[in-house]
Amino acid sequence: MALLSKKDANLITDPLADNNPITIQVLGICSALAITAELKASLVMAISVMFVLGAGNVVISLMRNIIPSKIRIIVQLIVVATLVIIVDQVLKAYAYELSKTLAVFVGLIITNCIIMGRFEAFALANGPWRSFLDGIGNSLGYGVILIIVGFFRELLGSGTLFGYPVLGDPITKTGLYATGYENNGFMIIPPAALIVVGIIIWVQRSRNPALVEEN
Amino acid sequence: MSLKSKLHELKLKYQGKKMAPAFNAFHTFLFSPDETTHAGGTHVKSADDLKRTMNTVIMALVPVLIFSMFNAGYQHYSAINGFPADFSLMNDFLTWDNFWIGIIKVLPLVVVSYGVGLLVEFIFAVIKGHEVEEGYLVTGMLVPLIVPIDTPLWMLSVAVVFGVVIGKEVFGGTGMNILNPALTIRAFLFFAYPTWMSGDKVWVYGARERSEEILAGANVDAISGETILGYLAQNKGAEMTYSVSDMFFGFIPGSVGETSAFLILLGGLFLIFTKIASWRIMVSAVIGSLVMGLIFNQVVDFGWVGESSKFYGLMSFDFWKHLIVGGLAFGIVYMATDPVTGSQTNKGKWYYGFFIGFISVMIRVFNPAYPEGVFLAILLMNVFAPTIDHYVVRGNIKRRMNRLKNATIYPKDSDGKAEELKAETV
Repeated sequence: MALLSKKDANLITDPLADNNPITIQVLGICSALAITAELKASLVMAISVMFVLGAGNVVISLMRNIIPSKIRIIVQLIVVATLVIIVDQVLKAYAYELSKTLAVFVGLIITNCIIMGRFEAFALANGPWRSFLDGIGNSLGYGVILIIVGFFRELLGSGTLFGYPVLGDPITKTGLYATGYENNGFMIIPPAALIVVGIIIWVQRSRNPALVEEN
Repeated sequence: MSLKSKLHELKLKYQGKKMAPAFNAFHTFLFSPDETTHAGGTHVKSADDLKRTMNTVIMALVPVLIFSMFNAGYQHYSAINGFPADFSLMNDFLTWDNFWIGIIKVLPLVVVSYGVGLLVEFIFAVIKGHEVEEGYLVTGMLVPLIVPIDTPLWMLSVAVVFGVVIGKEVFGGTGMNILNPALTIRAFLFFAYPTWMSGDKVWVYGARERSEEILAGANVDAISGETILGYLAQNKGAEMTYSVSDMFFGFIPGSVGETSAFLILLGGLFLIFTKIASWRIMVSAVIGSLVMGLIFNQVVDFGWVGESSKFYGLMSFDFWKHLIVGGLAFGIVYMATDPVTGSQTNKGKWYYGFFIGFISVMIRVFNPAYPEGVFLAILLMNVFAPTIDHYVVRGNIKRRMNRLKNATIYPKDSDGKAEELKAETV
């Protein structure tokens, strides 16, 4: 890649696969369970986190030499909170329906462990450009899992994708529903996300046995 | 060449190959293997292996299965023509017509359950490269007995794949699972397809079809297959026509195999006699459900819950009748006693069983959506079983430590040596 050096490119590609924040570091599980019943909500959540984490990492990285280490958590919280409020207001202004679906979970991005984790682990020790790439990479890794989970949960649970009925109409019994197929109500409830994430972890670790922890 | 020697040759041929476990499974399922342990060795030789254990449970389940096949037809025709005025076992129940309904409705459930479940087991054995485990033999028989009779076969297949893979194989296969696989399958069906698992149209064959015909404009009478718990949950206990002996012998609607408390009791005695299932769990679960039922009856007697309450129907239900309706008896005898997912310690089994009975009746009364709680209670206690065992073992260690501390160590010496010795041991 000409645009990025190999070291920088790894910042983006690592979290997508072998250092994924959800499946390997097991961070940010709560929001992955809560909002993945619909693909649209998953996508918006992924973009919101990408904005917060990318911008937040840059801000923290720029301030890293002037933040007293005793109060760094509070400073990080203020940065995250500011960015989250921006996201929340933008959503309310331009995508009101969606912001109602996401409800409290946009506000709860503040508590998403991935964000504080990256601030602590990366932005406090690296320059702004590399921090920015790291933020984008981790939020992409987070977003990919969210979208995979959202895809299966919406397809199997509601028979739709992005709200578009891909399997036919369950009420008038067209498409696949004419054969007696029914939506799986289990996929709508949050425990299903736990199982889908678990299956992703299972597949990933059986493809790459180096990821399996010794216990 | 006999079948046995053919299978043996096949086994030798595929030895070390990927498909070997699949052939070995057939071989050892039908015959005892040719290889024997060394004659002069000190091995314990017993026929009481996992296969024998599983087969004993299946033997205890066969009467229940056969009864359920007759009951399927009996409920179907009674719902259409009305219950016979003077019931005779031979003329009204054990008839070919009734059995035929069982063959076309119950048998496919059994076949699909075994077919899909064993297929998953074989695939996993081949992937993992070890022998096929016998764990599914009992699960495959339990599953068709705990679902409503109208369950579509594709739903059952999906649930069986889910239950075997997520409930058992991800934990490492037979003997390693935390949750009872059959109940995992039941819970999956309940949460995934609630309209097929509850209500008054799923328990009797034909009720759902009738209601669809009526919706389409056909001029036929609706038939209802409300369960006893369903009636009670809607405070319609007075409309119910089932006698206590109907409930005990099982001539009532319900999940396929759960209705006959009598045959389940016989199966339970058989399992206790053969020492396959734990009598401690069964007895304590019965006690637990009676205690909870008594508490609810007392609450009604004190007048704290009036007839206007939506819980009145189930709370005022005689406490001992909880045992003979719904799935409580079936769950206690065949599900709670699963040796893998239950408590292992004798003392723990008492707690484990007691809470299964206690919580079952509690969920029955307070769950507004679904007046049955046995499978939820057992799954909950499955999760708690290791914790119970942990505290029982720790309690035992503590008790013995105390005994050791207070023990007198002989010979008693006047120069204080005994005291030193005691301090060292502790």
